[in-house]
Amino acid sequence: MEDPQRKARTVSDRDPNLAGSQPPLLYPPYQSTVLRAPERPLIHLPSDYSDLTQPVYGHLPIGATDNDLTRQCPGGEPQGERIIVAGRVVDEDGRPQPNVLIEIWQANAAGRYRHVNDNHPAPLDPYFLGAGRVVTDSEGRYQFTTIKPGAYPWRNHPNAWRPAHIHFSIFGRSFQTRLVTQMYFPGDPLMAFDPMLTSLPDEKVRQRLVSRLDMNLTQPEWALGYIFDIVLRGDSATPFEERV
Amino acid sequence: MRAVRKPLIAIPSQTVGPYLHIGLDTEPLHGRMYGPETPGERLVLRIRVTDGAGNPVPDALIELWQADAAGEYVGRPDHDNPDPGHSFRGWGRRATNDDGWCEFETIRPGATTAPDGRRLSSHISVCLFARGLLRHLFTRIYFEDDPTLADDPVLALVPEDRRATLVARRDGDAWIFPLRLQGAGETVFFDL
Repeated sequence: MEDPQRKARTVSDRDPNLAGSQPPLLYPPYQSTVLRAPERPLIHLPSDYSDLTQPVYGHLPIGATDNDLTRQCPGGEPQGERIIVAGRVVDEDGRPQPNVLIEIWQANAAGRYRHVNDNHPAPLDPYFLGAGRVVTDSEGRYQFTTIKPGAYPWRNHPNAWRPAHIHFSIFGRSFQTRLVTQMYFPGDPLMAFDPMLTSLPDEKVRQRLVSRLDMNLTQPEWALGYIFDIVLRGDSATPFEERV
Repeated sequence: MRAVRKPLIAIPSQTVGPYLHIGLDTEPLHGRMYGPETPGERLVLRIRVTDGAGNPVPDALIELWQADAAGEYVGRPDHDNPDPGHSFRGWGRRATNDDGWCEFETIRPGATTAPDGRRLSSHISVCLFARGLLRHLFTRIYFEDDPTLADDPVLALVPEDRRATLVARRDGDAWIFPLRLQGAGETVFFDL
């Protein structure tokens, strides 16, 4: 029988694409990692045993206003700066990923989530729920209309503020390509102080989560447009040169 | 070890954060994975997530992926008719409650066959998200009364003294799976 410890490699020494491009599990400046990050190394699961060959999904049909967070409440529109967020989902080989479910959620323009545990003394917006969904088209493209979320305080350290961000949950073709991340806005000065972002190894990696203003996407006298392109990991369906 | 870097690099993960519920915990039916016609042994699976101090994690999200009773994975559903709560698709999602628990109603998966022909014991794949996890974690649930566990090639990769962390135990009408993020009895997590 083979020595199981020999297989106990970590993500950073296995996959050259992930090495140096993902946050560590333990990052003490983000205090919640201290008691939640596993201490033992992850055990590498060979792709034959990873249940990767089948797609993973499960969601209700997409509704007409699911990708327009400014039109989800009858009777009015949310306060704030209307924006369009759009992009393309591709894999690491650059191949478009059609039929990918993207779920987003965010704070309102005042920096308040419509969530029972958010007690930041900023106003709720009666016309903003803060969540949306979309499925990518045949070329891997998606688009949301929403409002720009506000920054908000949190209790990680004294005077801690999260930069404006939108949460993204993305299903690729398998369990392996599952991704939850956050999109940020260009030029936000709070990014330099944010442990979520400083957990990433360098500025180049951090920039992959920063959207860019796009004047072609921007609609005159209506909404600013931000592009956020998403690269997902490959999976076992993607040929990957065998490691020896 | 040698590997080829691909032309693009996957974007980084970020934590799901404390307010995941407004975006991801919107459909209670995702906790019930079978329908009236689904063949297989029904089971209630209760998972409890705790941290390194043994305290409950009240803001975790768990997704399950599993085979059907015959050991087959259900294919991609029709987006226009996913029919939640009425047919088995092998996928479920639940958030933990204030005491760290979440409950799924599912069926016992059949043993599956890996591409290399090896038999994989009945198991459920788990993807775990939480505030404080900058990346999500993968683990697996096996069943304690399964006589084939000693032959499972995935459990064979796990040091013997940690294998029990992957095995659910029966407690009355339910199956219980403690998921310990850190410290004594830390659950085994996998890198896929």
